Amino acid sequence: MDDMAAARPKTTITAREAGLVSCTECGTLAPLGQGRCERCYAALHSRHPRAEQRVWAWLIAGIILYIPANIYPMLITRTFGSASEGTIIGGAIELIEYGAWFVAFVVIFASVFIPVAKFVAIAALMLGVRRGSRLSAHRRMQLYEVTEFIGRWSMIDVFVVAILTALVQLGFIASINPGPAAVCFALSVVFTMLSAQNFDPRMIWDSLEEPAPRADA
Amino acid sequence: MVKAMLTRHPIMENLDRLVACRSCDLLLDRVIPPPGKVSRCPRCHAPLISNKRSVIDNTLAAAVSTAILMTAAIYFPFISLAEAGLSREASVIDAIGAFANGWSAPLTIAVAAFIVVIPVLRAAALIYALLPLRLGNAPAKGAARSFRLAMSLKPWAMAEIFIVGVAVALVKVTDLATVTLGPSFWAFAALLLIVVFENTTLCEWTIWRLLDPKRR
Repeated sequence: MDDMAAARPKTTITAREAGLVSCTECGTLAPLGQGRCERCYAALHSRHPRAEQRVWAWLIAGIILYIPANIYPMLITRTFGSASEGTIIGGAIELIEYGAWFVAFVVIFASVFIPVAKFVAIAALMLGVRRGSRLSAHRRMQLYEVTEFIGRWSMIDVFVVAILTALVQLGFIASINPGPAAVCFALSVVFTMLSAQNFDPRMIWDSLEEPAPRADA
Repeated sequence: MVKAMLTRHPIMENLDRLVACRSCDLLLDRVIPPPGKVSRCPRCHAPLISNKRSVIDNTLAAAVSTAILMTAAIYFPFISLAEAGLSREASVIDAIGAFANGWSAPLTIAVAAFIVVIPVLRAAALIYALLPLRLGNAPAKGAARSFRLAMSLKPWAMAEIFIVGVAVALVKVTDLATVTLGPSFWAFAALLLIVVFENTTLCEWTIWRLLDPKRR
């Protein structure tokens, strides 16, 4: 904990209030209004431009694609001439029937729990910025960090389909091919990752300082 | 009132002594923590400056290992499957090509990017940015851009997620047929460890300071 004492606030003032902008890529400070960072040449923004619109747009696209990802088959398996189609949930149930509880848990966690929790978390963070939240800013910050960190792991299921398709091509005995859900699911994960990346955590703290104007007032 | 003070304060000349929290924008005195320690933002507790040891050496080691392991992963056999006299060998390239047929074809490009192209590109960008520093030279032209590219591509490099996916897939097929793991599989498993190593040893703040020509 002694490492925390190393940084004492000079004043409780944000870079923006001091007329400064901090580069989101390398952390260099520059006067507000400067276009590009002197050190890493990244575009400078005191807050991500149009963050709210972008976050919502990617999030909604991600949610929409998550629906066909669950309805259509992820895998099309042909064994001895008969074809069967497996959805995300179906595949996990099949694993439980094999007795592979742990792997079934990993699949459900990565393909169902993480995406749904991520939709809810991003929406909650956005609503919290607009209307305030029952959660403290620290809790919301943690929620954001977990959401950003864990989202990419949903891609596991797409890679499972890729390797099964590559491997199980034993002609008449067994063959596996990807279903339309694989593409929808991959896009849903990518869109949700973009949504989380566009969220600017500084918005959480801004909303504490100056209560955001109510849309209806 | 604070704002009024600051307009008189020669803050613009003293930017080097300040740091803003990247998560909550709080402006703070720049205090470099002792080696091995991390300073955190007093308001949101996000890491502010971490003073890790041997940052350049460790990051370069991770990047060079990634490049070598990925080359091995592409050339060596990945996994083979045998059942009833039939056998099938799949390389990493086959896994990438799994979506090549039909309307899922664009997914092939994405999978290739996630598991091979982006990890290799990141490794190359890190080596380009850091090797001159390691050799005691000035940063190469475009080193800052190169390092920034490597950091922004980080969420999209998914080699470690791929190998976990493969492990899940293997559970599904072990009952179906005999599975043999090739050197490429182990190269990817090692990549998982390299990613963890890079995550714990890389310190962006230190590298940015070293890349800054003004502050060397």
